[in-house]
Amino acid sequence: MNRSEIIASPLAALGRYAIDLVREMGSIMIFFIKGFALIFSLPTILSKTAQQVYFIGSKSIFVICLTGAFTGMVLGLQGYYVLVKYGSTGSLGSAVALTLVREMGPVLTAIMVIARAGSAMSAEIGIMRISEQIDALETMSINPIQFLVSPRIAAALVSFPLLTALFDVIGIFGGYLTGSILLGLSSGIYFSRVESSVDMVDVNGGFIKSIVFAVVVITICCYQGYYTHLRSDGQGAKGVSLSTTSAVVHSCVLILVTDYVLTSFLL
Amino acid sequence: MDQPLIQFKDVHKHFGDKRVLDGINLSIYPGQITSIIGKSGVGKSVLLKHMIGLIRQDSGDILFNGKPLVALRKKEREALKKKFSYMFQGTALFDSMTVFENVSLPLKEKSSLQREEIGRRVQQKMEQLDLHAIDDEYPSQLSGGMKKRVALARALVTDPEIVLFDEPTTGLDPIRKSVVHGMIADYQKRFGFTGVIVSHEIPDIFYISQRIAMLEDGRILFEGTPEEIQHTEDPVIRQFITGLESQRDELTGLASQQAGDRKFREEMMRLRSHQIAFSMVLLTVQNFDQINETLGRKAGQTALKNFALQLQRHIRITDTCSRYGLNKILLVLSNTTREQARAFCAKLGREIKGETIMAFLPRPDVCFTVGVGIVEVQRGSTIESILAAAEADQEKMYEFRVCS
Repeated sequence: MNRSEIIASPLAALGRYAIDLVREMGSIMIFFIKGFALIFSLPTILSKTAQQVYFIGSKSIFVICLTGAFTGMVLGLQGYYVLVKYGSTGSLGSAVALTLVREMGPVLTAIMVIARAGSAMSAEIGIMRISEQIDALETMSINPIQFLVSPRIAAALVSFPLLTALFDVIGIFGGYLTGSILLGLSSGIYFSRVESSVDMVDVNGGFIKSIVFAVVVITICCYQGYYTHLRSDGQGAKGVSLSTTSAVVHSCVLILVTDYVLTSFLL
Repeated sequence: MDQPLIQFKDVHKHFGDKRVLDGINLSIYPGQITSIIGKSGVGKSVLLKHMIGLIRQDSGDILFNGKPLVALRKKEREALKKKFSYMFQGTALFDSMTVFENVSLPLKEKSSLQREEIGRRVQQKMEQLDLHAIDDEYPSQLSGGMKKRVALARALVTDPEIVLFDEPTTGLDPIRKSVVHGMIADYQKRFGFTGVIVSHEIPDIFYISQRIAMLEDGRILFEGTPEEIQHTEDPVIRQFITGLESQRDELTGLASQQAGDRKFREEMMRLRSHQIAFSMVLLTVQNFDQINETLGRKAGQTALKNFALQLQRHIRITDTCSRYGLNKILLVLSNTTREQARAFCAKLGREIKGETIMAFLPRPDVCFTVGVGIVEVQRGSTIESILAAAEADQEKMYEFRVCS
């Protein structure tokens, strides 16, 4: 290997990686556009969407309440001991509510839904792919993206904002539990600060985030399952397990990246 | 011959470095059953998936009614796809749906039928396939054979024009295998669909196919009728067919068609060298379709099996009794003239009792009618000419009426 090749080979590998990355991003985007466009083929997908709202939304309520309550409680606890140093414990309501509504609510809701529904979705679609069930849909002239992906996107667009709102409300009550009931802050002060500091802009910002996260999570999870047969690192059951892992890891990382980008635009 | 419905022209397909299809030229004619045979892993399923567009060829053309698939507009392609139905080798049933939901899915998603009508059609297909009281079961709760039949019901529920079967009978017991083959043949006759079957079931598949194509090394090694392939001299084809074909027919326990042909050649040599006469008798269960329709296919197959058992008890050790078609049995009677053969058949008619064949049936008022064609073989005759003469000679031999 001559000198120019030694220099070029890592560059070539980097180039290949970059091209693959861009190609995959393009393919994910096309996958989402196809899935989103077919949402409007109502009423065919209406009942399937309702089933998915039940799976993504209703069945996540318990876990969202649980995480929301403890997140609010820990924010109340930490916030109180920080604010007490500056003698401004009265701002606890603002701190808890704004943190939840702007950041923690949408991000943690998305991550919990990834863990509960996203991984299951990826595995289910992946198994359908390897057992030729998706091919069977195609042979029946049923568009697999319309059948499998569009109802999930539609259901996520409905469920994510509602789950986020629930997370925020439960979290605010969690903060009240630790701040007021355990640590003695006046409940009137807590709730008045919540009311005065949270504007509609903050609430809308949180909802915009939750809608974008819904798109990211469902697209990544469905995409990983749908194309599990094209993986170069594993076929069959192993391919499905790798796809599920990729779905969870990629969507979690993308949620945090997107959150930063969106926050920088919204502020 | 008609214009081919589907035509492959020099189709190539690679998967990585592996060459699967290497210049396929094949014609599928409308209203016929074409079977694709070949060794395992030779690319038969890949070939079938090209027909429905699940896999795209690397090069070459696939024509539908003379039009290349790639030249069709999206709407035309969609309309064409609706005429197809596909039965997967691994069944590809939706494992999170019940049997009823699986079978009704194509109608529910792609037709404007009312719920009651969908339910009626699904029930009808399931009953025809002997699938009772499993509507609410999930595929994982069914046996392999049942899954195959559910997949078959799903493939046929839309009354398609072209049906592609990927090994429809693998894993079924001999009676159910014959039931499925009989049903495919019967449906094909009744609705006139074009069928393409990938199968290893030799010789059963020859009984129901009008054309056979053999795939070897990525090319079509043979394309022709079942009779042509059975009499070909090509050593590769002969080795493949004789290797797969068992000496006995699975359902009836009779000798296979190949064994019948071999016996005919032996007797012909004896006739030439020693002038020892021999006769051939073609027995046809004439009301086989009627029995299948009124009592169910399983009952029809069981009656045929019982009849074969009785026949075997009456023939001499030097005679051969082989299955020659879905409802046909051929006797090669050595050292027998036409008159002796006639006397032998009359004796069969007296001695084979209807009760033993039909007693298990729920409706005892159905007859088991057997037609007989007798031919004394002349020197130089071919088996085809003898069979044609025997078909022409068919007369009603006997009829059983079983009454309780």
